[in-house]
Amino acid sequence: MLGITQTTNKTTLLRYLALPQPEDKVQCMYIWIDGTGENLRAKTRTVDFVPKQATELPIWNFDGSSTGQAEGHNSDVMIHPVALFKDPFRGNNNKLVLCETYRHDGAVHPSNKRNSCNQVMQKAKGFEPWFGIEQEYTLLDTDLHPFGWPKNGFPGPQGPYYTGVGANNVHGRDIVESHYRACLYSEIKISGENAEVMPAQWEFQVGPCEGISMGDHLWVARFLLHRVAEDFGVVVSFDPKPMPGDWNGAGAHANYSTKEMRAPGGMKAMVEAIERLGKRHAAHIRAYDPNGGNDNRRRLTGRHETSSIDKFSYGVAHRGSSIRIPRQCSDDGCGYIEDRRPSSNCDPYSVTEMLVRTTCLNETD
Amino acid sequence: RYLALPQPADKVQCMYIWIDGSGENLRAKSRTVDFTPKSPKELPIWNFDGSSTGQAEGHNSDVMIHPVALFKDPFRGGNNRLVLCETYSHDGTVHRTNKRHSCNEVMQKVKDQHPWFGIEQEYTLQDTDLHPFGWPKNGFPGPQGPYYTGVGANKVYGRDVVEAHYRACLYSEVKIAGENAEVMPAQWEFQVGPCEGIDMGDHLWLARFLLHRVAEDFGIVVSFDPKPMPGDWNGAGAHTNYSTGAMRQPGGMKVMIEAIEKLGKRHASHIRAYDPHGGADNKRIDKFSYGVAHRGSSIRIPRQCSDEGCGYIEDRRPASNCDPYSVTEMIVRTTCLGETD
Repeated sequence: MLGITQTTNKTTLLRYLALPQPEDKVQCMYIWIDGTGENLRAKTRTVDFVPKQATELPIWNFDGSSTGQAEGHNSDVMIHPVALFKDPFRGNNNKLVLCETYRHDGAVHPSNKRNSCNQVMQKAKGFEPWFGIEQEYTLLDTDLHPFGWPKNGFPGPQGPYYTGVGANNVHGRDIVESHYRACLYSEIKISGENAEVMPAQWEFQVGPCEGISMGDHLWVARFLLHRVAEDFGVVVSFDPKPMPGDWNGAGAHANYSTKEMRAPGGMKAMVEAIERLGKRHAAHIRAYDPNGGNDNRRRLTGRHETSSIDKFSYGVAHRGSSIRIPRQCSDDGCGYIEDRRPSSNCDPYSVTEMLVRTTCLNETD
Repeated sequence: RYLALPQPADKVQCMYIWIDGSGENLRAKSRTVDFTPKSPKELPIWNFDGSSTGQAEGHNSDVMIHPVALFKDPFRGGNNRLVLCETYSHDGTVHRTNKRHSCNEVMQKVKDQHPWFGIEQEYTLQDTDLHPFGWPKNGFPGPQGPYYTGVGANKVYGRDVVEAHYRACLYSEVKIAGENAEVMPAQWEFQVGPCEGIDMGDHLWLARFLLHRVAEDFGIVVSFDPKPMPGDWNGAGAHTNYSTGAMRQPGGMKVMIEAIEKLGKRHASHIRAYDPHGGADNKRIDKFSYGVAHRGSSIRIPRQCSDEGCGYIEDRRPASNCDPYSVTEMIVRTTCLGETD
């Protein structure tokens, strides 16, 4: 089950983690998004109390010249705690602390996408925007070949793997199981999992989350996944097209609704929202991966249940369209829409902010 | 299975720990005592064969170990103790390898200035073939960039050792303040402090002992060498954060600058004290410099302290294998006792 990397003995670790920890010493692991816009970084400090809110914790800093976020001669980047979660790795009162990055002069760091998202969500609070993101990802061995695939080779064609069971149909389920439990423990709003179409590809869903908490919960869920897989010696890739050719890509379909859409007769609001989205397709595509649309270009080909990157479309129960209206919502005349365009490595703050700007704040190009 | 066996309440294992003739390696041996010691003074002076540790000649090899600090033992649990010791020659003179003794005298002299320290200890994990842990055998990982504070099986190697060590330090009440993955893969850092006076050296040496011992349980080697991999791979340091009561008060920046200027006049003497080989391990630039938030200088003033006009300074010169007693003693001699060359 373990990857080919050198591993360390987990029984030995458990002996140490069983040592009692002084009640007044709490480990806080500060987590932030680095200069790539898709990778996470983390470091820990001991505090002398059990924090109840992120604002009780001190602002900290790190060497931004090592993370693509600063130059060497003036490299301190500040990290401001914004959300707290229980730490499933260390247990006890220890915490994971999600942070926003700032420059030393107090300016929002250019790589910080949460700040403007939060402002937009505050403005649009009355719309009660809810989100649910379906996060797809691929497990890789440390040689970066998909986990469980034959070395220097390929498994049989796609077909039997989606929601499959059996050692020849799914690979790495232990990571999925561990991750789900860790998310539940940390009170991340994980709503489900399934094996995906490509073997070693999986999906979990987070939501429904209102406003800023969508981005917060998804980023921490991603951190938990990387960290859980690390314990198994397996790598997680959020690349949207990890294997070229006749293998599925990976997306982050974003389900979305406002209070109006969810109420009876909400279909009218849903269609209005879709029409607004249709007028800003290119702007959304630019916001839907960390490289202005270039990552998604490899994935949105019109094949493998994707829409084409250049053309906007929508339809009921149509998995080849940009926006899908679930059949049930069509029947009920209200509900939510599914934006199938975001890439698996998108920044959920940027995606949710864009959806709200276009459909609630009526911004246009 | 065996550590689950109950231990008689009146039998306590005391593991005596000391620094050997290399000035950077630790040694330890245990004895049973019939009580639970509350203070190191309650424990007997002991001795060891110094001809086996580079500390004596064969014909007169007993070196004495005097208990100086006690910590709970995270390996044996219960009432068992780790006992940090100073070495003495049999005639009662301070052993030439004992750097704690003079450090303690200096710290007693400046006690009312309340010198505080925090040391950022970097180190590298190695497999038993002494190649960095997790690196491909006979090869190298991709260039530095993704590893610093990283997460993921292809970004960090040996995190279990770090987690186990952190918990062991918390249990033993060593003043561990944090951890992070460092720039070179398999390189890590932990911080100990703030500690006042002699405690800095005591807590850091004990933390190093815990790290070697924890890694031993995982079959992994810890290296405190300041440049374990030649070429385009980061070295390892022991940046020493320092302040006195006066620096920490409003307006303390004046005292900080005075201290830095004193340090600047004794650069070569400090470099000689900042690794166990008189500066040979620590090939740094010869020029002394300082600046705010500048990671390329000898002394860095943290941005926050610059803004607040008081706080602490960071001496970035000590090597990862430095003796913290020598480093802290030198800093206090130069900045509190005003010693010059």
